[in-house]
Amino acid sequence: MSAKHAVTSLVLAGAVSTALATLAAAGPLTKAEADAAVAAKKEKCFGVALKGQNDCAAGPGTTCQGTSTVDYQGNAWKFVQGGTCTSIDLPGGKKGSLKPV
Amino acid sequence: MLPDSGSSFAASFAQALLDPARSTPASVIGPNGKAAGRRYDVYRNNVTVSLIDALAAVYPAVQRITGTEYFRAMARFHVRSNPPTSPLLFEYGRGFPEFIEAYEHAQDMPWLADVARIERAWLDCYHARDAAPLSPVPLASIAPDRLAEVVFTPHPAMRIVRSPFAAVTIFAANRDGAPSARIDASIAEDALITRPDVEVVVRHLPPGGAVFALSLASGQPLGEAASAALEAAADFDIATNIAGLIAAGAFTSHALGDAR
Repeated sequence: MSAKHAVTSLVLAGAVSTALATLAAAGPLTKAEADAAVAAKKEKCFGVALKGQNDCAAGPGTTCQGTSTVDYQGNAWKFVQGGTCTSIDLPGGKKGSLKPV
Repeated sequence: MLPDSGSSFAASFAQALLDPARSTPASVIGPNGKAAGRRYDVYRNNVTVSLIDALAAVYPAVQRITGTEYFRAMARFHVRSNPPTSPLLFEYGRGFPEFIEAYEHAQDMPWLADVARIERAWLDCYHARDAAPLSPVPLASIAPDRLAEVVFTPHPAMRIVRSPFAAVTIFAANRDGAPSARIDASIAEDALITRPDVEVVVRHLPPGGAVFALSLASGQPLGEAASAALEAAADFDIATNIAGLIAAGAFTSHALGDAR
């Protein structure tokens, strides 16, 4: 650890007292934190509710005649239009959309 | 049925479940001794579909980003090569973020694996042991010259995910179903995931915040953690980060280092 970044007890004491004052004044969340926070909704019994299927649960590409041996190999890219990934940019070349392989 | 023959039957029954190229095990027969290929196929289908459904339930933001069809195709590749290791379905898919990172068709979405890591941390946080978060009041009674020695015990539900991409913003925009504005993925973001009570909360950590929190969580005293954070980010604000971590419920208790 370099001396440049050593934290003196005076600085630390000031920071802790500021922090305690912040906590006392603002309650559990400051405005900025509340804005930045994402309160992912509570999903009751999540996990418990995940369960196996006892009846026939055919999904895309699978049927009750058995799972398909034909996979999306090589053309998985084409399903991407359904999502939000095209709204996500990555400057410097790559973008959130997939090219045909 | 003897336990031995029972477990070997289960093993032979399970072998072909995730591989549609394999034929129905010879030991699987109907009551009159006939082959039961169609019955077995129902099992095969349901195992695959329920594991894909489990991944969709654990990683809803990833599914929203890629679209359902893409997600289920990707998930099926994962399911085929990664049978469950626990009977608890919510434990399934722990390796999915690493799978996404290596998945050839997801290489143009390098941030996707980190979004998945936040979703996995969300669920682990949700299932972690309950504990009362640290009350800030006793901190005030510590002598100022001893503050640097204070160590904190991390809350059992606290998780941190660091990303070189805007994974927190992307997670937030896709987790709650709100319409997504354009997002610049190139900004590095760190997530703090906590559950002080029953609600999981995901926060975006300020610069240096992740280093600070990880240092404290690993048992480093306050003075050293603050130095490490300043080393990582020159504009690291000690007061904001102490207040933020305590408010988020990241810790359960504190002690003077030499008193432990």
